[in-house]
Amino acid sequence: MEVLFYIFSAIMIVSGLGVVASRNPVTSAMCLVGSFLGLAALFIQLDAFFIGIIQILVYAGAVMVLFLFIIMLLDLKAEEKKSVNYMAFAGGLILALIFMVQLSAVLSNFEAGDVGFTPRQAQLTLDKDLAGLPESANEKLREDKLPDVHLVGRMIFTKYNFPLQVVGVLLLVSTVGVIILSKRKLS
Amino acid sequence: MTELLTILYSLIEPTIKIVVLVFMVILPMVAYSVYAERRFSALLQDRVGPNRVGIPFTKISLAGLGQPMADGLKFILKEDLTPGHVRKFYYWLAPALTMVPALLTCAVLPFGGHLKLPFFDEPFQMVIADLDVGILFVFAIASLGVYGIVLAGWASNSKYPFIGGVRSSSQMISYEISLGLSVIPILMIYGDLNLGSIVQQQHEKGWALLPVTLDGFMPVFSFRDIVLLVPLLISFVIFVTSLFAETNRLPFDLPECETELVAGYHTEYSSMKFALFFLGEYAAMIIGSGFAVTLFLGGWSLPFGWGGNGEESLFWGLVAIGTFFAKVIGFILFFIWVRWSIPRFRYDQLMRLGWVFFFEIALFNILLTAGILMFFG
Repeated sequence: MEVLFYIFSAIMIVSGLGVVASRNPVTSAMCLVGSFLGLAALFIQLDAFFIGIIQILVYAGAVMVLFLFIIMLLDLKAEEKKSVNYMAFAGGLILALIFMVQLSAVLSNFEAGDVGFTPRQAQLTLDKDLAGLPESANEKLREDKLPDVHLVGRMIFTKYNFPLQVVGVLLLVSTVGVIILSKRKLS
Repeated sequence: MTELLTILYSLIEPTIKIVVLVFMVILPMVAYSVYAERRFSALLQDRVGPNRVGIPFTKISLAGLGQPMADGLKFILKEDLTPGHVRKFYYWLAPALTMVPALLTCAVLPFGGHLKLPFFDEPFQMVIADLDVGILFVFAIASLGVYGIVLAGWASNSKYPFIGGVRSSSQMISYEISLGLSVIPILMIYGDLNLGSIVQQQHEKGWALLPVTLDGFMPVFSFRDIVLLVPLLISFVIFVTSLFAETNRLPFDLPECETELVAGYHTEYSSMKFALFFLGEYAAMIIGSGFAVTLFLGGWSLPFGWGGNGEESLFWGLVAIGTFFAKVIGFILFFIWVRWSIPRFRYDQLMRLGWVFFFEIALFNILLTAGILMFFG
């Protein structure tokens, strides 16, 4: 199934290039959606169904729709006629090159880099019966399958319960802030 | 080489399921639900409706069953006009983007239990992809459907389509939230995201909205399931109403509200491209009905735990498939019935209903379900 990996990587790279190279902001946004879809497919290939699907649900389905919404309400003609800023272009290129050099340096010293690409079932080193999971999820664990939604949920709501609450409060604060900002006159 | 062959071999079963379900069942159902809509609305309004088209060149009319074929032929033969002022690429892309997500979601829809065919040892599972994250997959793919409408409105490059597109996308985003929240009680009760196992549990213990099984003639039910009916009924009402809004059906068809917006986002479209929008709406309606039936009304299972899931015999497998499609057709008729009986909402009423009522009620409903589940242990 390596073919699928290369197909989806190609989709990601091509649409990633489209995001930066296209003059029309709507095309850029749609290319970003394509890139998210490719990324989701890669996650799913690695048996991380939950993360892959959430990637589509949150980024492609919700965040990018709002982006597209805002872009469409702007004046696109002005944006399309804008000339290329060569300094910014060169700076971006240099940054990308530095990042690539660093990435290749890290990967060349990384032992797992020698292992060939074989997407395999995540090796479970966990106990086979986890407390707090429903019976159907435990059954999957015993069959060496990955009930990833149950495991993620269990982790978030037990071990990382406090950070979750903090994130919740943070979101609430930002929501309240948006409402205050959008209502100029408070009476 | 052998690896490639095993991969190709493993693709045979899903391919057959996709071809049969999507092209031989869902697409004809889309065409015939348009016919059903016209006949049923005629019945409600005491008219005759399209009852003439039958076998060509004869006088056999078959109650107008040939009408969808004639309509399809008309759409193909019509002039395909692309107005000069549109943004061509997105104008062509948009109709496909509404149709494709609508059909993609049926990949995880369990349209039957198992089918034990002669000459095969293992019974076949009647679902294209048995995903463990089935419900999330549906929401993820369905949320992509909004792109088609937004792009259609924007690419048409004129006022009414644009307003229609903006309205539609804000409506869909708003109602996605209450749709998602209304499903959570179901997930809490069944403890699983896999649609197949949700239906299997409903088959064993009775439907979500009819938690009774029959032992001979003695009804068997647990007190917990009866109490849980309260949050489930609230969920069901919110889910179905949001489904109407998500599929842009009356009483929430504001995006294409004729009196204000001509035809909304598809004003500038003609012939087959218009037909794709039209059919995409019906496909979304059919598959949405399929999910409502799967989550709340027991999917392919008969009421009271009757029958089997088809693992033992071919007969019960076929009965399960028949039951599923009978329920879906019943639900589609309910959609049509509502469309022709209830007047359209105003746009501010629609947004108010979504954000002020359904959102809060759905949140409270989750709390209620959690409380009941905690109380009964």
